[in-house]
Amino acid sequence: MVSSKAARNSHGQDSSYFLGWQEYEKNPYHPTNNPSGIIQMGLAENQLSFDQIESWLESNPDVLGLKHDGASVFRELALFQDYHGLPTFKNALAEFMAELRENKVQFDPSNIVLTAGATSANEILMFCLADPGDAFLVPTPYYPGFDRDLKWRTGAEIVPIHCSSSNNFKITKSALEEACKRAQKKKLRVKGVLVTNPSNPLGTTLTRHELEILVDFICAKRIHLISDEIYSGTCFGIPEFISIAEVIGGRIDDVEDQVHIVYSLSKDLGLPGFRIGAIYSSNKAVISAATKMSSFGLISSQTQYLLAMLLSDKHFTASYISENKRRIKIRHDQLVEGLADVGIPCLESNAGLFCWVDMRHLLDKNTFTGEMELWKKIVYGVGLNVSPGSSCHCTEPGWFRVCFANMSTETLDVAMQRLASFVESGGQGEGPKGSRGLKRLMYWVRQLSLADDRTER
Amino acid sequence: MGYQSVSENSHLLSRIAAGDGHGENSSYFDGWKDYDSNPFHPVSNPGGVIQMGLAENLLCLDLIKEWIKEHPEASICTEEGLNYFEAVANFQDYHGLPSFRQALARFMGKARGGRVSFNPDSIVMSGGGTGAQETLAFCLADPGDAFLVPTPYYPAFDRDFCWRTGVRLLPINCFSSNNFKLTKAALESAYETARKNNIRVKGVLMTNPSNPLGTTMDRDTLKTLLTFVNQKRIHLVCDEVFSGSVFNQADFLSVCELLDEEPSYDKSLIHIAYSLSKDLGLPGFRVGVIYSYNDTVVKCARRMSSFGLVSSQTQHLLSHMLNDDDFTSKYLAENKRRLHTRHEEFTSGLEKFGIKCLPSTAGLFIWMDLRQFLKENTENAELKLWRVIIDDVKLNISPGSSFRCTEPGWFRVCFANMDDATMHVALKRIGDFADKVKDETTQLDDATMHVALKRIGDFADKVKDETTQLQQKKRFNKKLRLSFCRINDGGITQHLMSPHLQSPRSPLVKASH
Repeated sequence: MVSSKAARNSHGQDSSYFLGWQEYEKNPYHPTNNPSGIIQMGLAENQLSFDQIESWLESNPDVLGLKHDGASVFRELALFQDYHGLPTFKNALAEFMAELRENKVQFDPSNIVLTAGATSANEILMFCLADPGDAFLVPTPYYPGFDRDLKWRTGAEIVPIHCSSSNNFKITKSALEEACKRAQKKKLRVKGVLVTNPSNPLGTTLTRHELEILVDFICAKRIHLISDEIYSGTCFGIPEFISIAEVIGGRIDDVEDQVHIVYSLSKDLGLPGFRIGAIYSSNKAVISAATKMSSFGLISSQTQYLLAMLLSDKHFTASYISENKRRIKIRHDQLVEGLADVGIPCLESNAGLFCWVDMRHLLDKNTFTGEMELWKKIVYGVGLNVSPGSSCHCTEPGWFRVCFANMSTETLDVAMQRLASFVESGGQGEGPKGSRGLKRLMYWVRQLSLADDRTER
Repeated sequence: MGYQSVSENSHLLSRIAAGDGHGENSSYFDGWKDYDSNPFHPVSNPGGVIQMGLAENLLCLDLIKEWIKEHPEASICTEEGLNYFEAVANFQDYHGLPSFRQALARFMGKARGGRVSFNPDSIVMSGGGTGAQETLAFCLADPGDAFLVPTPYYPAFDRDFCWRTGVRLLPINCFSSNNFKLTKAALESAYETARKNNIRVKGVLMTNPSNPLGTTMDRDTLKTLLTFVNQKRIHLVCDEVFSGSVFNQADFLSVCELLDEEPSYDKSLIHIAYSLSKDLGLPGFRVGVIYSYNDTVVKCARRMSSFGLVSSQTQHLLSHMLNDDDFTSKYLAENKRRLHTRHEEFTSGLEKFGIKCLPSTAGLFIWMDLRQFLKENTENAELKLWRVIIDDVKLNISPGSSFRCTEPGWFRVCFANMDDATMHVALKRIGDFADKVKDETTQLDDATMHVALKRIGDFADKVKDETTQLQQKKRFNKKLRLSFCRINDGGITQHLMSPHLQSPRSPLVKASH
């Protein structure tokens, strides 16, 4: 009756990544109302810097749009549905993106396409670059939402590039080649590579060497490279963030047409509700097609206007960027130290709103089933929603993504204390709360174990 | 570093991106381009093109602006609303703000005179009406499947419903002979045509009130439609984007009302697309709605809404506004009144020039009948006339062929996106154009007739001379009786009036010799 897309479960929302959220929704932690509830550490949000934006708004009442230099712009905004976007906003966004890269590169506003969040940006790029059945190579572990964003409605495929802890999950030339061969065996035409830099879930930035390998690879294969740089403003430590834009500029071979950047203000500015995404590309054909496709998810004009004003204020952006990084680093260190205190190591990271936590030593069995067992204990027993590595398609069991920027310092303390109790009790925890919860979770553990057998590792 | 040309790059792109399924090469958009390059402005460019090809509602923006001024708490950027900032900016749940969904449900019910009530839990957000249409196509049909759509229809449906989804739109032809009403025969015929071509029909897509006709569907037609989709077990997507823009005495009858009246209809086949772009005049805010009676569709559409959620800042503002019952009642009533007034002024103005429109009771436009100005009853002639209207009359109106109208000569003309003064300028230009065409037609006839008369006169003189010569010859040859004498008697006069004899090379003239 309905379409195959509606009838099947290919949207990827049955992943454990989303299940943990659902459990959190049912029993959310609150310091006074529900102190034993589940603490949400599975959502990569940046809630550290709202106050900075709020105080800017207090000093800039004109952004309501009713008055701009004395004249009302309300009518213009109400009617503005041009898919080229508000010019002032695109200019400000281009400058902001350059500022995040310490002005080592410049961005041309006419090469920007505005989209309803990075979710839409990634999907649009797939529609533009891949036909149904074509594949993009993506290094593991990767953001679980890609399964939906890249594949669901586009019909494209993801072929994972296996990365391993033995070299801190770095991308290697052999891993790229091996992924390509696997795609060929499956008779999939590879149209490109998609990377997230800084990485979600690793929290690391790609090295110049990795970037060069990637560009060499796509050049040789004549395929695309999408660099999702949504966390470009969260790099708080060394090494510094290097954008793909910096690498392609200095090359002799002309690869600009094959490289596309995705960005969003959801993470750096902590404004996921406003749905502000962007595609950046020098490829005019891609820009032309993507612009037309953005009709299906334009950014609200009142939001474009607000952000144009905000980002045009250079005093604000300069101080925001540095203060935001400073706060992220503090929070990151708090989590890392808290985990280290109970003998839980993390992958060394310099960016992102999360840590890639190594709990392999806490597994009963070194399998993904073992990982799920541990995860259920952490969600139900410890009361922390963290994201299991399998949901990120990690090849090795035992890794978890733990977010730290979406809660207060106090809540993070509570989380660390709970974790400490859990570890000290021998990793047993209190057990799941309620038999209904246990039954439901056991059902999903079984489902996911079956899925493990079927899917690529 | 240079870039390759678009065509050189196209092999790297997907088929969808490289093709022209976006439909922007349609004449519907051509006129916009002309407008963009030479837009009318009463002071700075009074000779520019007046935009009458864009169905926007500017008539009540003052009411909305006033409300926003009086309710600073609805905006997260004001002192009063700032304490909402963090929660709103952080809110990305694809269920949407509960207060927003409730507000939408209320407003949609009100636009239907309170005769329908909508369940907020069945409301799904989308990126404008554009996003709603595409999402519904993704949910209801697979690539290669088809939806039937009555003509004439909104041109961008080809992009919204088909471009990235791979779904097809097949026309249900409607005609002016019955004011373009949808008939059972037309539905059956379209369905049968698809079947014969092995195309699986998944549903019918219709707009009510209609774009471009501005008419609303009557009860019998809606019943015919509902019966049809129930019999065939296919979906019905109703785009009710103009439901709050019905301005005449006749009330709008939504398909939702009939569903409540007739329990035998299967509700799970019915889906509504809506948006605040027309009724509230806020296309920039990108507020689209999918309302479905089918839970599977609601679930799927909600997941897909991740690709086009409404900005939480906008949700917050509008949830306050649309939950304000006093405001929405006043707004809807005043909107109807202003649309009605504008419609009346415009259509009566056109009537004075002898230009008729399809009788309509809704929408932001009229369906204008310019068939009398066509040189031929063809699409080419329509497009030629349209170019004259853009280039000489400087009005961007939309030719019926871009709406896939079966008959040439109809044009959609928008009237709600300008102030009174501009409307009067537009009317004057149309009036001048109508007069000019009439004069030219008269002048042409006069000129042609003079040429014709002169040629006839010259020929008559020539023949007279020849006849005189012949008769002189005849006196010397009584046996000969030449056929042309008969022609000379009276036949010539008749033949002279015939177009054939205007040409001295006419075979009749040669034969007479």
